[in-house]
Amino acid sequence: MRDVRIEPSAFDPAAELARFAASVPSAGGIVSFLGQVRCDDGVEALEIRHYPPLTLPGFHALADSTAARWPLDGLLLIHRVGMMQPGEPIVLVAAAARHRRDAFAATDHVMDHLKSASWLWKRERTASGWRWIEPREDDHEDLMRWD
Amino acid sequence: MVAQARLILLGRLEDVAGTAELAVAPGLLDAILAELPADWALALRDPRVRLALNGNLLAPDATITLIAGDELAFLPPVSGG
Repeated sequence: MRDVRIEPSAFDPAAELARFAASVPSAGGIVSFLGQVRCDDGVEALEIRHYPPLTLPGFHALADSTAARWPLDGLLLIHRVGMMQPGEPIVLVAAAARHRRDAFAATDHVMDHLKSASWLWKRERTASGWRWIEPREDDHEDLMRWD
Repeated sequence: MVAQARLILLGRLEDVAGTAELAVAPGLLDAILAELPADWALALRDPRVRLALNGNLLAPDATITLIAGDELAFLPPVSGG
């Protein structure tokens, strides 16, 4: 079971996760990660842009490399693009496996690659206007863990 | 009317040019960029900016000639989801 999607509008993480869980009855465990727009640092809105010819194919390649590395029963990857408000979900990743460690590792692997090696551009609006977010050094260090 | 090629500007490059898409006359990329305002060309030539021609990533030092209908995307460093 693989569900890899780019969502242009708000999605319901609980409903998505319930549907995913129902689709992988043989899995002993499901690990999920939900990223949401922070409410605490003056951010009024977040916008994520993508480039369709690269972004979704890149997500599928990431799902391929993850599935090749850990024995999974299923992988869910939903990423928002467009304009988001504080508190809104940005990304939901879930991995289902017979054993929990594989599911934890696969989810972590997908998130580290989404954060620093996917074709997404992010900007946020604060009281002083819109600002594009530059890559963070931490994100690259996180990525090196998997080499 | 001459058929054109398109430049797609992602992320902060869109703000530099004030548009996400530019129609340009086909030809050598260097010649196309030379026709643009200097600050746009400078931003587009940033070595950290990757290029994709019709959805395929190009090697950093590729010599690029656009033909009519081509879509060349300028991809600044990504900021993650």
